[in-house]
Amino acid sequence: MDIFIQQLINGLVLGSIYALVALGYTMVYGILELINFAHGEVTMIGAMVALAVIGALLGASPELPGLMVVLAGVLVAVPACMALAFVIEKVAYRPLRKAPRLAPLITAIGVSIILQNAAMLIWGRGYISFPAILPQGRHDILGASVTDLQIAIVGLSILCMLGLVFLVERTRLGRAMRATAQSREVAELMGVNVNTVISATFVIGAALAAVAGVMVSAYYGLAHYYMGFLLGLKAFSAAVLGGIGNIAGAVLGGMLLGIIEALGAGYIGDLTGGFLGSHYQDVFAFMVLILVLVFRPSGLLGERVANRA
Amino acid sequence: MTLLAVRGLEVHYGGIQAVRGIDFEVAEGELVCLIEANGAGKSSALKGLMGLVHHAGEIRFAGERLDGRPTHAIAALGLALVPEGRGIFGRLTVAENLDMGAYTRRDRAGVRADLERVYDLFPRLAERRDQLAGTLSGGEQQMLAMGRAMMARPRLLLLDEPSMGLAPLMVQKIYQTVATIAREGVTILLVEQNAHLALQVSQRGYVMESGNLALAGSSDRLAGDPAVRAAYLGE
Repeated sequence: MDIFIQQLINGLVLGSIYALVALGYTMVYGILELINFAHGEVTMIGAMVALAVIGALLGASPELPGLMVVLAGVLVAVPACMALAFVIEKVAYRPLRKAPRLAPLITAIGVSIILQNAAMLIWGRGYISFPAILPQGRHDILGASVTDLQIAIVGLSILCMLGLVFLVERTRLGRAMRATAQSREVAELMGVNVNTVISATFVIGAALAAVAGVMVSAYYGLAHYYMGFLLGLKAFSAAVLGGIGNIAGAVLGGMLLGIIEALGAGYIGDLTGGFLGSHYQDVFAFMVLILVLVFRPSGLLGERVANRA
Repeated sequence: MTLLAVRGLEVHYGGIQAVRGIDFEVAEGELVCLIEANGAGKSSALKGLMGLVHHAGEIRFAGERLDGRPTHAIAALGLALVPEGRGIFGRLTVAENLDMGAYTRRDRAGVRADLERVYDLFPRLAERRDQLAGTLSGGEQQMLAMGRAMMARPRLLLLDEPSMGLAPLMVQKIYQTVATIAREGVTILLVEQNAHLALQVSQRGYVMESGNLALAGSSDRLAGDPAVRAAYLGE
């Protein structure tokens, strides 16, 4: 029982990170029907930029409070990733807006390879460790051990998601985004500059990705130029699980995937008599992806009601 | 005063030339119709005006050139198109659809007043303001599309086949509303396949045939024209 609750909590932490990244996939897909495969790499760049800032600050004055240093890292990583996503959309995707759908998809893979290699050239091939400067408190919840960091990750994720929901549901830009997702042509007729809305969608997704990148590197204690690949694939799986294009679906899919993964990793040893260990954790995301694609390709919340107008 | 002046408008649409160089004008406060028995010419002309399709020719609106501008900029100048098939946002509520109509406006008080006016004009929309627009009937969707266009407080309202696919009673209701809106001083360019309806409600008309302009004149005169009667009114 203890291990169940422990893994459930671990899964929730992992899941809220997946959900933040999945939101970026799903928002872009909702408007452009494009799978932005470079999104995972944007997350990686977020982690790398934050770590560079953190390293520089600690190098300059090691006695700065850890929380402030990490916060500074986030505050630089977020706008950096927003700017990056803005440029990616403008340079790589916009010229292909009217091309067959396969073209931007392949371009996305190309962008992701470019970003990986650029990160490797800038930050090297090795693992970069996240300095242990954050509060290390542990709490006992229902027999499971929960760290300050885990609480902070879940809390901050929820805050980001609430912010996004407010933006999409309650603001003028959000309404324009939803209208554009339904019909680009009619949105234009209403006076919406669709290019601006599309840019905004990429930029908002990138801001969430930057936050997620810092979280994941703080959680695992390291970052790596290749980390965006697996994280991106898992978040994409989460978006598909929830129903791609659906914002609530991305959150649900992310959380579920995190929990499935954590529980799977916790019990796979027992279930296979020790034959497979917890390092098979990554298998679950893709099993889920395959099962969803076979049995419910529209995802859990993906069934779109009413007409597309 | 001339509000819209179109010279030599051509629209190529899916490999065919739907509009072959037509001239027409709409003066401030007028209700002008553009009719064509069959063919995509009349709708294509409206799409060309809004910059939705590739077109050639000169389009002047209140002295400014429209051709070459992006659609959203044309809308911001005060042209509102109610597209064929209505083009409502099915997964937005009725109220949100109406808000989208006022997207370019910053005068909150004016927008609120116009919202009241639209709800007065279409009480059905007021009843269903929190409902998803996709759940409305075809006639209600047409009302919503027109109400949404009114929310822009347009200087020129473009209506693309507002009667299409609606039951006769609903068509009558829609056309009563068109007449009401026109009486309130809104300038309207109406495109219709149903010449009878269009000529009844409008002051002037243009008749298109295979992408060319065949006739032009006052609606009364066109309604009495033997050629029009033969081709459009089934006599």
